[in-house]
Amino acid sequence: MVWTLQSVLFIVFSVVAIFAAIMMVTRRNPVTSAMFLIVNFLMVAGIYLLLQAQFLAIIQILVYMGAIMVLFLFVILLLNLQDERKLTEKITYTKISGILLSILLVFLLSYTVYYGFYGKYSGMSENSESIGTAQELGRSLILNYSFPFEVAGFLLLAAIVGAVVLAKKKFE
Amino acid sequence: MLESYIPIFIIITISLLFAIVNISFSTIFGPQRPNKEKLSTYESGVEPIGSARDRFSIKYYMVAVSFIVFDIEVVFLYPWAVSFITLSKPEMIYSFIVGSVFLFILLIGLIYEYKKGVLKWD
Repeated sequence: MVWTLQSVLFIVFSVVAIFAAIMMVTRRNPVTSAMFLIVNFLMVAGIYLLLQAQFLAIIQILVYMGAIMVLFLFVILLLNLQDERKLTEKITYTKISGILLSILLVFLLSYTVYYGFYGKYSGMSENSESIGTAQELGRSLILNYSFPFEVAGFLLLAAIVGAVVLAKKKFE
Repeated sequence: MLESYIPIFIIITISLLFAIVNISFSTIFGPQRPNKEKLSTYESGVEPIGSARDRFSIKYYMVAVSFIVFDIEVVFLYPWAVSFITLSKPEMIYSFIVGSVFLFILLIGLIYEYKKGVLKWD
């Protein structure tokens, strides 16, 4: 392991991200959890920046830390949770299957990380400096991925329609 | 490449220090004489009624969802707009059509929301 600026920053970002993630899962108050999730998102944005994904890093900050967190907080408000100290833990089939799926995910991620270091595609590509800029992203979005671009539009349309349908009674 | 982010790191550090110093200095040096009135919830000077954990109207959530959808639309439009100048003439026309179709799809969503009265606030 070489101690460059990148590796030091990566360690700082990842340690804080893991700490925030653990704190988020273990807090009782849902709003406190949401605040720790913001810290986690910020650190992930830092890691994106280290991976030369500048545009993605800014979008992570603007969209995830801004908009998505607002949505999370609104969901917490809408759920009308009472005093969370009264909540009790129950072991259900859903939780057991969740645990098993998480273990599977850990194996999957370790496999990916292992091949990232020792496999065929280790290291960054040569033009990685410019590949993450908004301009390059836009070029490949239009020239190579124009169909997924339109499909993303339909996905957003589906989000609007879905939200309106779910909350329909209120507007009629 | 990382060196170009040094100004950003400096501004983040200064703003963090500013917040930490302000809060910690006023806690350490400020006089603290708490009483029941001071510790009660501040609700713009009005006596607090009920719990803060109340049900909120779904309208707030609908506004938030609309905001996110059109926020993500702008996220897609930004690289589309920035890359436009680097394209050749036929690519420009193609890019314009692709972007227009994308905008049109989301315009349908906006019209649907408007017709359904989601954006009405009374």
